[in-house]
Amino acid sequence: MRFIQQNLLSKIAISNGHGEEIPYFDGWKAYDSNPFHPINNPQGVIQMGLAENELCFDLIQEWILKNPGASICTAEGVNEFRDTALYQDYHGLPEFRNAIAKFMGKVRGDKVTFDPDRIVMSGGATGAHEMLAFCLADPGDAFLVPVPYYPGFDRDLRWRTGVQLLPVHCESTFKLTITALEAAYEKAQAANIKVKGLIITNPSNPLGTVLDRETLRSLVSFINAKNIHLVCDEIYAATVFSQPGFISISEILEEMECNRDLIHIVYSLSKDMGLPGFRVGIVYSYNDAVVNCARKMSSFGLVSTQTQHLIASMLSDDEFVERYILESAKRLATRHKDFTRGLAQVGIGCLKSSAGLFVWMDLRRLLKEKTIEAETELWRVIIDKVKLNVSPGSSFHCSEPGWFRVCFANMDNETMVVALQRIRKFVLETKEPEMPPKKRYCQGNLRQLSFKSRRCEDIMMAPSMMSPHSPIPQSPLVRATT
Amino acid sequence: MGFSQLLSRMATDNGHGEDSPYFDGWKAYDRNPYHPTKNPNGVIQMGLAENQLSFDLIEDWIKENPRASICTREGIDAFKDIANFQDYHGLPEFRKAVAKFMGRVRGDRVTFDPDRIVMSGGATGANELIMYCLADPGDAFLVPSPYYPAFDRDLRWRTGVQIIPVMCDNSNNFRVTKEALEEAYQKAQEDNIRVKGLIITNPSNPLGTILDKETLKGLVSFINEKNIHLVCDEIYAATVFRSPNFVSVSEIIEEDVNCNRNLIHIVYSLSKDMGLPGFRVGIVYSYNDAVVTCGRKMSSFGLVSSQTQHLLASMLLDDDFVEKFLAESSRRLANRHNVFTKGLELVGIGCLESNAGLFCWMDLHRLLKEQTFEAEMILWRMIINDVKLNVSPGSSFHCKEPGWFRVCIANMDDETVEVALERIRTFVRQGKDADAPVKKKHWQNSALRLSLSSRRCDEGVLSPHSPMTPHLMSPHSPLVRART
Repeated sequence: MRFIQQNLLSKIAISNGHGEEIPYFDGWKAYDSNPFHPINNPQGVIQMGLAENELCFDLIQEWILKNPGASICTAEGVNEFRDTALYQDYHGLPEFRNAIAKFMGKVRGDKVTFDPDRIVMSGGATGAHEMLAFCLADPGDAFLVPVPYYPGFDRDLRWRTGVQLLPVHCESTFKLTITALEAAYEKAQAANIKVKGLIITNPSNPLGTVLDRETLRSLVSFINAKNIHLVCDEIYAATVFSQPGFISISEILEEMECNRDLIHIVYSLSKDMGLPGFRVGIVYSYNDAVVNCARKMSSFGLVSTQTQHLIASMLSDDEFVERYILESAKRLATRHKDFTRGLAQVGIGCLKSSAGLFVWMDLRRLLKEKTIEAETELWRVIIDKVKLNVSPGSSFHCSEPGWFRVCFANMDNETMVVALQRIRKFVLETKEPEMPPKKRYCQGNLRQLSFKSRRCEDIMMAPSMMSPHSPIPQSPLVRATT
Repeated sequence: MGFSQLLSRMATDNGHGEDSPYFDGWKAYDRNPYHPTKNPNGVIQMGLAENQLSFDLIEDWIKENPRASICTREGIDAFKDIANFQDYHGLPEFRKAVAKFMGRVRGDRVTFDPDRIVMSGGATGANELIMYCLADPGDAFLVPSPYYPAFDRDLRWRTGVQIIPVMCDNSNNFRVTKEALEEAYQKAQEDNIRVKGLIITNPSNPLGTILDKETLKGLVSFINEKNIHLVCDEIYAATVFRSPNFVSVSEIIEEDVNCNRNLIHIVYSLSKDMGLPGFRVGIVYSYNDAVVTCGRKMSSFGLVSSQTQHLLASMLLDDDFVEKFLAESSRRLANRHNVFTKGLELVGIGCLESNAGLFCWMDLHRLLKEQTFEAEMILWRMIINDVKLNVSPGSSFHCKEPGWFRVCIANMDDETVEVALERIRTFVRQGKDADAPVKKKHWQNSALRLSLSSRRCDEGVLSPHSPMTPHLMSPHSPLVRART
């Protein structure tokens, strides 16, 4: 019967292209079966694997209560219910497109403007990525993707499209270089794989870093030279909370020669505004043919007009938008600071970052050996014993084991404190891998902490930890500065 | 690389289907839309199958149930959790509500399992999604014609699946026969095309008819015999306004213990039954566990906004409202259908007898110069440009015989229906005078020769005993139907 079943369905249906077998989702399952709750389940798993932005709901709720006309279900707004509920035009409500275009401009400090007629809807950023892959590539074609990258890309870009993803391995500093791109491109050529484009996520998930101007410009030169597309996922654009600030590809286009037909932006309100449930995905292409085609494809995943109507109102309110963007950045900065400080207190460093809803935590020193297996083992300990759902670097295709993405914006302060306490406890109790087993705490045998050629300002540490007189001298994770 | 090679093949082909005439009429409407006061000579939209008859009921309910919205004072407490909820299983209450609603629509003769409810981007997304689950590129689905034009895009464009139309004609009221299915299936075999399933729309778009139990059972046994899937698009289930009652495939399989349930799938939506196309509520309901699991993962590409899930969950769990809505909506559709078909009868125009849908399948073959699709196109352009009605020509539904037009009747108020009917009446009466010596401006180039074919005439609702018809039975009338 199984065989018959196999034949009954499509190849896509029986493949693993949905990608849900990877560890990224295992941690979620652990959380689902035992979720933390401060009162009802204080020993449960704390969700730190979901990049959600829960810091500013109060601002949004306050706006909604003050603007009842934005909803088609209030007494003030119900007279628009009918027209809104009937509207199924894949162009989207004009006011929605205007508002999104305006918001995207504001997020970029009004350094660029966006054309509402290039705004195409999709089923979340998930739908946006798939849609662009369908427009730009044929089955078997490939996109270059710098690692580490968001695990969902494996499904979104490849599953139903048949497109391949070719990883671009960066140096240990996680900086994208042209050398790395050229190498990946050449490799594809040699293997007879047609590269149709490059996909970057800027600000980066999972790194939380932003691309500098020079790098962006060189990317534009690279894709122009190869005549391939550049898809910029700018979904975290408004989560930038410190310097260096965000530079959008849209700004680079204003500054240099570029074939605009190659440039496309993916956007969404899921991260910047914390509204993932509303499925507001956007494709913004500078290529007219892509806009036309994508718009037709958007029929498969339009935004509910009820939601379009609400968002249109909200994002047309300049005063609210400006206030929101500022306050959200402020709160993210504070949360990021508190969290990284807390980690630093037990000698855990993170990649220096200025954006995102997560940190890229460095636990390489806790690995038994520098392998993915060791990382996975450590990860399972973190899930099962420390009871935190964090995401192991391997699920982001990171080539260097020991890194973990830890989300911090999807909880309140109290929960973050609990999470930090658990991490502290874990680190202090963890036996140093090379130490003699009978030593419970890490006394003596401070490891020689070798410092690679990595620039040390990439690792964020509290200044107190840099001193050999640190209050926790026995910590295995003290880093010597060279 | 040339320009066209920059994009995918998909982006540069015509798979989106928007070059068909189905969309031309819309463009004419968009340029010159009717408005009772601002543009009384504009084009009346009769090409869009929308249900606008019962919004007042929904609006009343919304006003009475502010907690259903996450934006009211009463409901704002739920805002955060709802806005955060992106689980592709969907809100449990939403699935429960949709399952319950689907049961009510079928007179509670069957129950639906909330765990089999999978979301999609409207029925558009649902139809594409189910193809992705069931068929590989190059595989085919049999589709009885006439069928909804957008199937060409939804089922084929990105999936690479083929459609094999199973031609039906008026000789038996366009019912799909086992012979026609077998023939289509065999031909596919000979052409080395792998048929993965059959997709039916029941109630039918564009016919507005429902399948009787016997026919449905026949279809179920056909697909079981061939071990191919049966996808039933039941999007118009609650638009049935007169007996006979709608019979859903879900009812058939309750009775047929031999049916392999792994082959049965239902596509549904709230766009037609409830008149909420903008909300993009598409549903895939499969009796095949693997399809549910896979479909659910794919639903990530087109989930229903949680804001909308929350609203509809509330609404559809309100039994009183649902019962009232279904009864009243049905009543109003029946009424509108009656007014419209009677209005057409006054000028001798018949429609296929139907008891569902938001449209009539109008028979204008007598107005054709000749029984060809070219003549149908000429007539259609005249209807758009001179009569100023956007109706949909049968050819855009892949109808085998020319002369049929789908006319939507539930997307306007009573007054507009009257205006539309008056325009049709005028058009037909002017046509009657086409043979007269007086030259009429619009008829100069297109004198319609109205031939009486040997076609059997009992398909229309026009009865020779109707009180409206005696003066039209004159042998000089262009619309006299010969009774053979």
